[in-house]
Amino acid sequence: MTDFNEDKLIEEVTTSDYKYGFTTDIEQEFAPKGLNEDIVRFISAKKEEPEFMLEWRLKAYRHWLTMKDPMWAKVDFPKIDYQDVYYYAAPKKKPQLDSLDEVDPELLKTFEKLGISIDEQKRLTGVAVDIVVDSVSVKTTFQKQLKEMGVIFCPMSEAVKEHPELVKQYLGSVVPTTDNFYAALNSAVFSDGSFCYIPKGVRCPMELSTYFRMNAALTGQFERTLIIADEGSYVSYLEGCTAPMRDENQLHAAVVEIVAHKDAEVKYSTVQNWYPGDKNGKGGVYNFVTKRGLCEGENSKISWTQVETGSSITWKYPSCVLKGDNSIGEFYSVAVTNNFQQADTGSKMTHIGKNTRSRIISKGISAGRSENSYRGLVNITKNAKNARNFSECDSLLIGDKCGAHTFPYIEIGNSSSVVEHEATTSKVSEDILFYCSQRGMDEAQAMELIINGYAKEVLNKLPMEFAVEAQKLLAISLEGSVG
Amino acid sequence: MSLLKVENLQAKIEDNQILKGLNLEVNPGEVHAIMGPNGSGKSTLASVIAGREDYEINGGRILFEGEDITDLEVHERAQKGIFLAFQYPVEIPGVSNANFMKSSVNAIREARGEEPLSAKDFLARMREKSALVEIDKSFMSRAVNEGFSGGEKKRNEIFQLAMLEPKLALLDETDSGLDIDALKIVSQGVNTLRNENNAFVLITHYQRLLNYIVPDFVHVLADGKIVKSGGKELALELEEKGYDWVKDHAIEEQTA
Ligand SMILES: Nc1ncnc2c1ncn2[C@@H]1O[C@H](COP(=O)(O)OP(=O)(O)OP(=O)(O)O)[C@@H](O)[C@H]1O
Ligand SMILES: [Mg+2]
Repeated sequence: MTDFNEDKLIEEVTTSDYKYGFTTDIEQEFAPKGLNEDIVRFISAKKEEPEFMLEWRLKAYRHWLTMKDPMWAKVDFPKIDYQDVYYYAAPKKKPQLDSLDEVDPELLKTFEKLGISIDEQKRLTGVAVDIVVDSVSVKTTFQKQLKEMGVIFCPMSEAVKEHPELVKQYLGSVVPTTDNFYAALNSAVFSDGSFCYIPKGVRCPMELSTYFRMNAALTGQFERTLIIADEGSYVSYLEGCTAPMRDENQLHAAVVEIVAHKDAEVKYSTVQNWYPGDKNGKGGVYNFVTKRGLCEGENSKISWTQVETGSSITWKYPSCVLKGDNSIGEFYSVAVTNNFQQADTGSKMTHIGKNTRSRIISKGISAGRSENSYRGLVNITKNAKNARNFSECDSLLIGDKCGAHTFPYIEIGNSSSVVEHEATTSKVSEDILFYCSQRGMDEAQAMELIINGYAKEVLNKLPMEFAVEAQKLLAISLEGSVG
Repeated sequence: MSLLKVENLQAKIEDNQILKGLNLEVNPGEVHAIMGPNGSGKSTLASVIAGREDYEINGGRILFEGEDITDLEVHERAQKGIFLAFQYPVEIPGVSNANFMKSSVNAIREARGEEPLSAKDFLARMREKSALVEIDKSFMSRAVNEGFSGGEKKRNEIFQLAMLEPKLALLDETDSGLDIDALKIVSQGVNTLRNENNAFVLITHYQRLLNYIVPDFVHVLADGKIVKSGGKELALELEEKGYDWVKDHAIEEQTA
């Protein structure tokens, strides 16, 4: 299996351009462009939502109207016209079906091109997949098997109807609608995403996975993901994303919330590969995401792993609020920027409980004329006695036109806590490149080896199937960046 | 046909003319030793044959199996069968020896239109070749040269040489920094790999190595040129009389 994948790897490194940049001819249904209360009502009605959900959305919308785009990140882009965006697009024949035969064949072709045909997934990997194209969840595999264990894994739109009590209790409990500009916007207009509940004491037997894809032009994608791990449970969750190549910029503003109760553990892994724009910086996805996990109970653990290679602008800080005593938060990240991409990413660890521990490992790789910033906050509150944090932020530069920046903020509210921070910046050395090429590797092969070595500590945290995909992506994103 | 032919090679870096019209011919089955004072251009010659781009070639050419390779890229030359054992092997953080060798072996095979080695064959080959230079298995999962002692790095170079079985191996001071036992192991390794189809160029400062790997020819490189060539006795003579003897000798020859 490993062999097969690695061969493919080499083959794929030789084709450099964005590989997922096709569009699919699926009939789409749109809401009119722009945003107002009627659009919010339209979305809610389309999804046949209960009243409480509409109220929740409207409240968020009204609050959003009072807010301004945040401007503090080290990214630079023209002001977004929020009235020039479609807030709802869905494949027309809504395939809420049980058999794959009934799914739009064009859509199935899309999945095949993505290399994630549902059938394959089912047979080979035993990964339960929820696929969200534009804003609508298309298919959740393995639902039945999971159900038997009491695990709920379904589209958010379904959870709102089938499990309103859970949704009411938890939605917005980690990222309130008023949290920030994009979270408010998302709360008002989110159209789908995944919902996941692991009951007490259950170790989820398979990786749960969502694959997001933007397809329609000029649409914003606003998924909402909510994961709840009840006492003593465990789940590993994967999220992957792609988008077609388009000249205009597409907006992506997702919200992910995780709650881990006593003794529960959640691993959340992302491979983000939205369209990054072309070599001259035209097009690409604006990726403004709020991800936060709450370690609610004692001894709970939330671990974020992300591989960020896509988007023209990435702005995200997966965070942990360590409320339960002895709880643990982790953040492992590789962020690659090439050409004109900009990334401002990092993590926020808020220590509230005693003996809480957090760990941040960030590996930035910048090439071309890109800008790559790490921004992190470690906040140890007064009562978080004996809290510990370790942060390591490394930057790797390829060429001399790119930039790497580190903004670590540290606030310590008591004297028994310890925070360690390490940072390095290095360049891909000529000597290493010469060594690799003297051993027969061409530039792309050498780069792939060096980069994957550099990012190994993070890649190792990914589940097997994803690690291979991620290695491949790193190599493709950096193709042609040396010499 | 000769395996390697270096004709009137001139190479410079920045404004430093380092190779000043160097000639060298190596045939299959031969072992050549190149000796010469520090800074005379030995490593430069090896780098230029391997194709390092930092140097500008401003005269002459390099033929490999009759083909002019002067303008080929580093990896293309490696794929044709030129191997350089580095004087100072670099460390590659996070990349295991096994993974590095796998990329290397398969890149070369791919260039020759061969299938990549299966995991099983690859591991078997690693086991066999690491035994040849008495490298412990645990080395394979460690990062390339990271935290290796000087001697271990050199041994690792010979391990890689054994894995790749090149036609032409350039060994740049592989003997420096080796203890007596390691020197014997490395030399035995090289002797095992020697055959009538491949050739070795040993760059060394010490006649001692040549007791173990007996050369067919010894050349003295001084000031960017080969100033004297001879059989294996030349190394002994050099050890006794020093480089000044050759340099004076060369000047005499030139003025004569
Ligand atoms: N990047 C460089 N810039 C300027 N001069 C250089 C550079 N690299 C090498 N040189 C010079 O080229 C000359 C030849 O160097 P080289 O390393 O080839 O010598 P060598 O014969 O291998 O010496 P040693 O026996 O010490 O290994 C030296 O004078 C060295 O200083
Ligand atoms: Mg040298």
